[in-house]
Amino acid sequence: MYDTNLIIGGKEFTSQLIVGTGKYSTLPIMRDAHEASGAEIVTIAVRRVSLPGTGESILDYIDTKRYTLLPNTAGCYTADEAIRTCYLAREAGLGELVKLEVIGDQRTLFPDVMGLLEATKTLAREGFTVMPYTNDDPVMAKKLQDAGAACVMPLGAPIGSGLGIRNPYNIKIILETVTVPVIVDAGVGTASDAAIAMELGCDGVLMNTAIAGAQDAVSMARAMKLAVEAGRLAYKSGRIGKKLYATASSPLEGLPDWTS
Amino acid sequence: MSVTITVNGKTMDVEPGLTVDGLLTLLKVKREYTAVAVNREVTPRSDYATAKLSEGDKVEIVRPMGGGAS
Repeated sequence: MYDTNLIIGGKEFTSQLIVGTGKYSTLPIMRDAHEASGAEIVTIAVRRVSLPGTGESILDYIDTKRYTLLPNTAGCYTADEAIRTCYLAREAGLGELVKLEVIGDQRTLFPDVMGLLEATKTLAREGFTVMPYTNDDPVMAKKLQDAGAACVMPLGAPIGSGLGIRNPYNIKIILETVTVPVIVDAGVGTASDAAIAMELGCDGVLMNTAIAGAQDAVSMARAMKLAVEAGRLAYKSGRIGKKLYATASSPLEGLPDWTS
Repeated sequence: MSVTITVNGKTMDVEPGLTVDGLLTLLKVKREYTAVAVNREVTPRSDYATAKLSEGDKVEIVRPMGGGAS
């Protein structure tokens, strides 16, 4: 686990919040939300260009000198599709850092872990820095680490569901099981969810819908920035334990005597 | 004489011997952060000027688009 900065594939990032570029109501709002979030990495999808290629592009609203573009393999349901998408992303000049998704089910968008593991092995062997979107199973997390993943990204809840961290206990076990960074990816709904992930000891949080879908995306982006920082700081500060009964905070001696 | 290929899911007729580079120029595609696959195989950028398209080729031209996850 890393102290303050997020270290992925040999690169160090100060911000522990990674954001997406999808579902924003407008591209200028996306740009402003990115700014407010303090994120240094933004995820993008690799999709067909609409032809002719003269239209507006999200790239017109992302300063690529400032942000690291992280291509994802969203929409891929097989290892083969995901691997080919990564090859395309690499050839497009997007580098070898990839957010790997191999989806198993259309309704939950939960990962197909068998395909995910296969794709991770292949891509890691070929020099990609693989960031796999996975489930909250510590056994799976360890397998992904052993397969060469640069980090593991367990989901908090289904993508876009806003349900928060559904199984913090498993995330905690994952943190104790692997040595690579653990980044909660998917399901965050509001600021406290992000703070909870960081308080557990996670190295980062990745979110898209929580910001893009908020009524005020720019304001929510700022809230998330603060939440990730607060959660990390709280984790490092060593919280008090949880007790069933009270322990008075004020001394018992020195109480005035009010009896007549 | 023309050659029919499929580009991003739509068929189109092009001149025989058109290269990938030529196709990108024809369709006014920006080159930065763009990648091309022909018949499921990624075409290296260094081959754009020499890779000629043939009848029935399925071409995918991709670029970053908005997305977070699936």
